[in-house]
Amino acid sequence: MIVEAKGLRKRYNHVWALDGLDLAVQEGEIYGLLGPNGSGKTTTILILLGLTEPTAGTVRVCGYNPVREPLAVKRVVGYLSEKVGFYEELSARENLQLITRLNGIPDREAKKRIEEALEHVGLADVAGRPVATFSHGMRQRLGIADVLVKKPRLAILDEPTSGIDPEGAVQILDLIKRLRDEAGMTIILSSHLLYQVQRICDRVGILQRGRMVAEGTVAELVGAGEGYWAKVEGATPALRARLEGEDWTFAVEELAPGLLQVALEENARAALFRIVAEEGAVISELRPRVRTLEEIYLRYFQE
Amino acid sequence: MAAIFWKELADHLGSKRFFILSLIILVVAGTSVYLGIQGFREDPQSVGEYAYLLLFTTAQSGLPSFLSFLAFFGPLLAILLGFDAINSEFTRGTVSRVLSQPIYRDAWINGKFLAGLTTLAVVVVSIVLLIFGLGLFALGFPPEGSEFARLILFVVVAIVYLGFWLALGILYSVLFRQTASSALAAVATWLFFTLFLYMIAGLIADQLAPVRSDSTASDLLNNQNIRDFVLRFSPVALFEEATLPILVPTYRGLSLLAMLTRADVPTSPLSLGQSLLVGWPQLVGLVALTSVCFAAAYLVFMRREIRTS
Repeated sequence: MIVEAKGLRKRYNHVWALDGLDLAVQEGEIYGLLGPNGSGKTTTILILLGLTEPTAGTVRVCGYNPVREPLAVKRVVGYLSEKVGFYEELSARENLQLITRLNGIPDREAKKRIEEALEHVGLADVAGRPVATFSHGMRQRLGIADVLVKKPRLAILDEPTSGIDPEGAVQILDLIKRLRDEAGMTIILSSHLLYQVQRICDRVGILQRGRMVAEGTVAELVGAGEGYWAKVEGATPALRARLEGEDWTFAVEELAPGLLQVALEENARAALFRIVAEEGAVISELRPRVRTLEEIYLRYFQE
Repeated sequence: MAAIFWKELADHLGSKRFFILSLIILVVAGTSVYLGIQGFREDPQSVGEYAYLLLFTTAQSGLPSFLSFLAFFGPLLAILLGFDAINSEFTRGTVSRVLSQPIYRDAWINGKFLAGLTTLAVVVVSIVLLIFGLGLFALGFPPEGSEFARLILFVVVAIVYLGFWLALGILYSVLFRQTASSALAAVATWLFFTLFLYMIAGLIADQLAPVRSDSTASDLLNNQNIRDFVLRFSPVALFEEATLPILVPTYRGLSLLAMLTRADVPTSPLSLGQSLLVGWPQLVGLVALTSVCFAAAYLVFMRREIRTS
């Protein structure tokens, strides 16, 4: 386990931002921390980095305790904050140079790493320009270069895709995936945008009000193969009554006069076709009842 | 800490505001010294002992002396270097980026303070050397060893004094989230200590110990003592009291007693050690003020949550 946290609690001004959070991340995986704003994602990250102290609970990151050995943790963990800021009047290269100096990386090695990182995120052409001239997407990529020059074991990225257009977000996510695949880093990323991150995360944890409410692989949470949704046109009240009487239907709903929506079991399609044909109606739509992460998300957040 | 120190120093020395303010100080200081030299030329008798020190303390034709000029405008330069030291990092979002690197948190604020102090030292030393050069050019004889020693001492005290204002600026930059509020608060404090306190001190003294035409000497002494007491809350007054004996070897103190007896005691210059003794309490006060101010900024910063929302 590269990250292990048990029973984390954190109070800010009488509000519990974290309320008994458990978290375990394995070496080499991409872990997605999901949750709405204010669910405790950033607080968790700050505690992992030793930038803020938990009110209660224990944490270990790469074998170190961030409360007692923050410097040891910061040496092996790279962090991209939610609203990453740069020194605007300095160039991209100079901004990265500051990071290598703060990490005590010798100048020659630093130079090599900086050029590599800039190449990696596609900013090599503009590296000499002041950051003030950079777009939001470029800044975010520079932030990833910031993490790269450090060559950390664990990279923690807070909302790496927020505020970026879909195309740019895809680019950044691919970049993050390559960090794991090529450099072998473990990655924890937080987001409130499920569709974006579900593509690259090996496992996700869903946070709500400072607690972990669901955790697992995307496939596990989605829970594939739970039957079908069907739409029936030209339904009569008799058909509706018959469908409701069958034990393989979960729910029958009348969306509009004569239009039914039926949820049915995995192996009940043949029966549905037969009954609908007998009653002289038509099936206009049939689709697998796969839950999207969004459904899960909404389910947890409405509670 | 070295990485932070060099970065901040480069920022300061390259910034426009630093350039503009140093230029103003340089021009005005240069003018006042030039006028001083003109005075010497017109009246060569006035060039006595310690001619170089006189360059720093003589006020000519309405322009203040270099000393009062530094006491008045120096703080502005120091505040300018310090007022947005911490809060601008918060608004730019660079705090978490820097503090997630393997450095101790206090290395950051220490590095910033030291870089600011070094910048101020560079300004003070270069202006003093420039005045020296001008003096050498105009007077035609080199300064004596004791003059040189006194000037080095003066430079040190000036740096401590400017260090107080730098620490004050940094303190406000920790206390206030907006750079505009910290700048305003710092400038307000500066105005209070450089202008208002002088008026208030006189008012309070006149209220508590009024001086009338039939007042005795002890009433007068009382009035003066109260005024001095109130004034000594101001680092500006402390600085002037601490540096006057260093730059004016005949100076024997601000107290009324010293003034009243001026005619009776010989006006021979004091030795450097004795001059230092005259301004010693003020000097210690100045060092203490600077330390307290920086310690406060340090403590508040170390306890500040990183979260920016």
